Amino acid sequence: MSREVEELNRRLLRARDAMDRAYAEPLNVRAVAAVAHLSEAHFIRRFRAVFGETPHRYLQRRRVERSMFLLRETNRSVTDICFDVGFTSRGTFSRTFREIVGEAPSRYRAGHGPMVAPNCFQLWATRPVVAAGVAMQSSSFGDAAAAAAS
Amino acid sequence: MITKLNVTSVWVLDKEEALDFYVNKLGLEKGSDFKQGAYRWLTVRVPGDPGVEISLEQPGPPVQDEATAAQLRELISKGAMGGVVFLTDDVRGLYETLKKRGVTDFTQEPTDHAYGTDMGVRDPFGNAIRILKPKKVAHEAKA
Repeated sequence: MSREVEELNRRLLRARDAMDRAYAEPLNVRAVAAVAHLSEAHFIRRFRAVFGETPHRYLQRRRVERSMFLLRETNRSVTDICFDVGFTSRGTFSRTFREIVGEAPSRYRAGHGPMVAPNCFQLWATRPVVAAGVAMQSSSFGDAAAAAAS
Repeated sequence: MITKLNVTSVWVLDKEEALDFYVNKLGLEKGSDFKQGAYRWLTVRVPGDPGVEISLEQPGPPVQDEATAAQLRELISKGAMGGVVFLTDDVRGLYETLKKRGVTDFTQEPTDHAYGTDMGVRDPFGNAIRILKPKKVAHEAKA
């Protein structure tokens, strides 16, 4: 029984790593679930049980973290950064960023300069915690509906 | 005062499999390996740097009871037990070598940063390993 749990965890971790690597690309939940050799619905359920959030929310927080990094470290426009980190619409990016960080991307940029911490540390430890009082919302990654149905 | 790090631990699910990965894939060398009763003291280290050993620790008796060991195994396999950072003189060369040796679980391909070039890989159990070639900074160049 225990070996099965460990083996499943390891596959879920591999799928999570795939999101961390390919966040800039258009990802869909079926492709990420395939990394873990699971069906879409099963993947979403197990991922949430193991990591405490849906795969979609994990990916959103990774994309927003990377956008925060680029806002701090570069002079690229907010629109360019939106597409750099894998969002496909400026509206979705602004809404998601504001929802998670609690302020607009341009306002965040104005208030923050580069970080001293190495990039690996930033990737590991600075994925933003969702701003207080925000409920889990649905989205284009498609897992919210599937998770709700399960 | 403390003068040096001597031993640190990495939690693994299987010592034999860990030894194979850390020595035959990653390129470390075996340090200590002896049994005391049911316990096997097994370490690996960077070749040419015998002063710092990484102890490969497998959860279970006699060190932990089975329930504790099961909790640890769960945490290891979901990548929640931290990791180690190594230095290299050639990140991209090592990346190619690791791929040739069959390593597939890269978390990050070689990437350049202001402070150097690094890459990330997981061991077979889920532990994060980062490998860095730092850029020379002024005080190091003088030394």
